[in-house]
Amino acid sequence: MRVGVTAAAPAPTDVGLKDLFTGFLQVGISGFGGVLPFARRMLVEERRWLTADEFNEILALAQFLPGPNIVNVSVIVGRRFQRVAGSVAASVGLMLMPLAILLTLATLYAGVAQYPIVQRATHGVSAAAAGLMIAVALKMGQPLRKSAWKIVIASAAFIAIGVVRLPLVWVLAVLGPLSYAIAWRLR
Amino acid sequence: MAAAVNVVVLGELARHFLLLSLLSIGGANSILPEIQRRAVDVEGWMTSAEFTQMFALSQAAPGPNVLIVSLVGWKAAGYVGAVVAMAAMCAPSSVLTYQIANAWDRFRDAPWRIATQVAVAPVTVGLILASGYVLTRSIDHEWQAYVLTATIAAVGFMSRVHPLWLLGVGAILGAMGLV
Repeated sequence: MRVGVTAAAPAPTDVGLKDLFTGFLQVGISGFGGVLPFARRMLVEERRWLTADEFNEILALAQFLPGPNIVNVSVIVGRRFQRVAGSVAASVGLMLMPLAILLTLATLYAGVAQYPIVQRATHGVSAAAAGLMIAVALKMGQPLRKSAWKIVIASAAFIAIGVVRLPLVWVLAVLGPLSYAIAWRLR
Repeated sequence: MAAAVNVVVLGELARHFLLLSLLSIGGANSILPEIQRRAVDVEGWMTSAEFTQMFALSQAAPGPNVLIVSLVGWKAAGYVGAVVAMAAMCAPSSVLTYQIANAWDRFRDAPWRIATQVAVAPVTVGLILASGYVLTRSIDHEWQAYVLTATIAAVGFMSRVHPLWLLGVGAILGAMGLV
């Protein structure tokens, strides 16, 4: 299988900086509440810059590393075709429109935020969005159910950050190595 | 000296998000409580209520979830703050990603790499659940809101309804004064 993330495999050279920019520009404005599915559609189905396997490989790496997953995808894809300039073109293309739209929305919102109906609607949206966040966690937690130590680690992270509100740095400094040690022993 | 203050705030924004970029395992959703802790409790850039408004706006707008970071920057230091916060949030992780991508083939099947991925998953799940919990606690004050949050969580978990519809339901129920 050809691996998508390194330049070792001969990559198509006809994907230029402008293509990377416009391709990810399109991805950026496509999705609500997560744009990964739209990135896959653009990269694999519409423009065919990557095969499905290559996309999965890139996604695995993007999710493995810290940072916004979709930004990591744009960096890896941009790098693959045009090195550093490609990564910059792809990631800027990705963020430009959503950033402009959101700041416009926020500015407009500030002008109407004092109206009770707007406040009530915002409150409803945030209550719903909190529910969606819990749904995401539950979906991601599904594969952990069969493993007691994973449930313990997930619960510890939840309590430390959610209930006790400890600083993230310390929680990760403790739980990261602990989780890794268990994963290593059980590998 | 508004300009001088602004430079200080921009520096603080950069400092916070440069660090959070490298701590955001599993993406931006994992660090929402930490962003709230720093923006509201530590720096006082906004109230808890304003943070939840920014969260609602970022969720209702198109684009990646990480955009909440730009609204924190915007609240703290205007449009420049928004760009500085976003750039700081994306730069370290992007540089790391670029460098790791160079070597990915060499360690893709390495035992430590696979163990790391296994180890990260439960931590990420706990962090995102904490995000949902912290947001719920700061947003929901009456039982109606808790019912809405719980219902949306259940529907979102069990079905494949598009999130925007569920946010729309929240907006309508909210506008009607029911939550």
